[in-house]
Amino acid sequence: MRFVFKRSYDADINLFKHKPQAMWYLALLALVVALPWMLDEFFLGEATNVLIWAIAGMGLMLLVGHSGQASLGHAAFMAVGCYANVIMLERGVPFILSLPLSGVIAGFAGVIVALPVLRLHGIYLAIATLAVSVLTEDFIVIAEPWTGGVVGLVAPPIDVFGLEIDRYGTPTEFYFLCLIVTLVVLAGYRNLLRAPLGRAFVAMRDSEISAQAMGVNIRRTKATAFGLSCAATGLAGALLGHYAGAFNHETFNLVLSIQLLLMIVIGGLGSIHGAFFGAMVIGLLPQFIAISRDGISSAFGLGSVTIPGIESGVFALILISFILFEPLGIYGRWVKIRTYFELFPFYRKDMFKRQKSYLKTERMR
Amino acid sequence: MSLLTLENVTLRFGGLVAVNNVSFHVGEGEVFSLVGPNGAGKSTIFNLISRFYDPAEGDIRFKENSILKMNSDQVPSLGIARTFQNIELFEQSTVLQNLLVGRHRHRKTGLMAELFFAPKVRDEERRHREVVEEVIDFLELQAYRDKYIAGLPYGVRKVVELARALASEPKILLLDEPASGLSVEETQDMIFWVEDIKKQMGITVLMVEHDMNLVAAVSDRVLALADGKELAIGTASEVQSHPAVIEAYLGTGERIGDDA
Repeated sequence: MRFVFKRSYDADINLFKHKPQAMWYLALLALVVALPWMLDEFFLGEATNVLIWAIAGMGLMLLVGHSGQASLGHAAFMAVGCYANVIMLERGVPFILSLPLSGVIAGFAGVIVALPVLRLHGIYLAIATLAVSVLTEDFIVIAEPWTGGVVGLVAPPIDVFGLEIDRYGTPTEFYFLCLIVTLVVLAGYRNLLRAPLGRAFVAMRDSEISAQAMGVNIRRTKATAFGLSCAATGLAGALLGHYAGAFNHETFNLVLSIQLLLMIVIGGLGSIHGAFFGAMVIGLLPQFIAISRDGISSAFGLGSVTIPGIESGVFALILISFILFEPLGIYGRWVKIRTYFELFPFYRKDMFKRQKSYLKTERMR
Repeated sequence: MSLLTLENVTLRFGGLVAVNNVSFHVGEGEVFSLVGPNGAGKSTIFNLISRFYDPAEGDIRFKENSILKMNSDQVPSLGIARTFQNIELFEQSTVLQNLLVGRHRHRKTGLMAELFFAPKVRDEERRHREVVEEVIDFLELQAYRDKYIAGLPYGVRKVVELARALASEPKILLLDEPASGLSVEETQDMIFWVEDIKKQMGITVLMVEHDMNLVAAVSDRVLALADGKELAIGTASEVQSHPAVIEAYLGTGERIGDDA
């Protein structure tokens, strides 16, 4: 067990609790930076995919995990980011501007959607955002002159100060682009969580009434949460457009929204780690299934058997098992394992049990 | 000088009159208690002051200004802090983080500064932390600083609620049943703390409480309510011996003689 002796308030304000922790994350960063030289092109593409999922996951985690607002419509904001980016690129806006602007546009779209649905809670909010997701799909089809309708758009190659970035042509550069965006979003997220606004988000999640009694403007804070969340998701959408190369309204269908939500639940709600763990599961699972299927069929000489729907089946199975056996997600499981060894042999089985003995009243709603 | 004034305040829920034409004022530096049987409208008055409810009639003033035009999240900015009867803490946060939320009304930094964690944000965080640490020292919460609320016993949670309200550096503190569910010793602590809050910190206290030991020990004035109406106002002993109050708590007493 490690005892950290704090000598100033900065120890609680800094990003890392202690030096060894900072070292571990530095090592992780070094590993991630070295990845292009360790993986072949295919797996580097998969790693890029995981990063894009992680950016979207951080966006949704901020809203669902930290602010306690459900959303089943985040694919819509990915679409907004993606289309905004490509439409701007086609009209000659340089990528260095169009990428951040696509995030800003998606953020404003989020605020505009949030304002009318702010009074809704839980399942009702989920249904309202679901409606937004469905509407966006239709809107993309209708707005054909801009979006190409059902044919969709093709993302042009990226040009940053003469440096050509293309998913297939220069996968390493594209990987680093995604990594930089991931790190920027991550830094903003971490900063927010140690600042008053981040605490207000969490306060709003745990008790709206008392957050209000502490001076938190619930309407504005919710709208801000939506805006920031959708901005990050929009950035992920813009990158996804370049990753996929071509896309249309079906790229951003309801299944994507559900996958996004799955990702953060599997990863562990309420932690940034959870977004990354979830991204790894969601991003790598299809390939894992495909590879193991090929392995099994070649081992048994079955030829190339395809089982339709196996991917959704495995996803569903994983989600159900998580909700039943580990509601805290992968990160929650990791924290438990770590605590077990830290406290050995004093770990108690019910240490992470949620206490429900002091129920809050919702009588003032 | 009167810090908080309620003037002919009435609140109706449909046909039920929860608060009926109640007027009182809390003077600066005073400990003012509201007592009365369950359903008398004590907590409702708190929720009126917090602007969770709109009164049908009457006016609520802080110093000279009506607060009825404010939203509930603007009330704390005046320096009105409160606790809740059924503990409303942020369960998945540590004690320290809970108290820092209490500082929210002093937030001076904007979204952009916080996203980049500008040096100004760090300075502000240090300042918030200093105030919070003073409160932690005052209420002896050092041992619980980094503990999560979800794992704390009930008595400590009560103290954390008080601490969170104090962290906002209020001018008036609204305590909703601070001693309910506390042991005898914990109640004794609460008596000392309320006295110190009044004398050392100079904070005015408006309190709802059933424990007459606590009420009698700390209150300057007591207002007794029943069924939303004022019964009596005065010192604790005056109110306790007031015939209307005894009647409200115990009934008229006529039947007792008959049964015996």
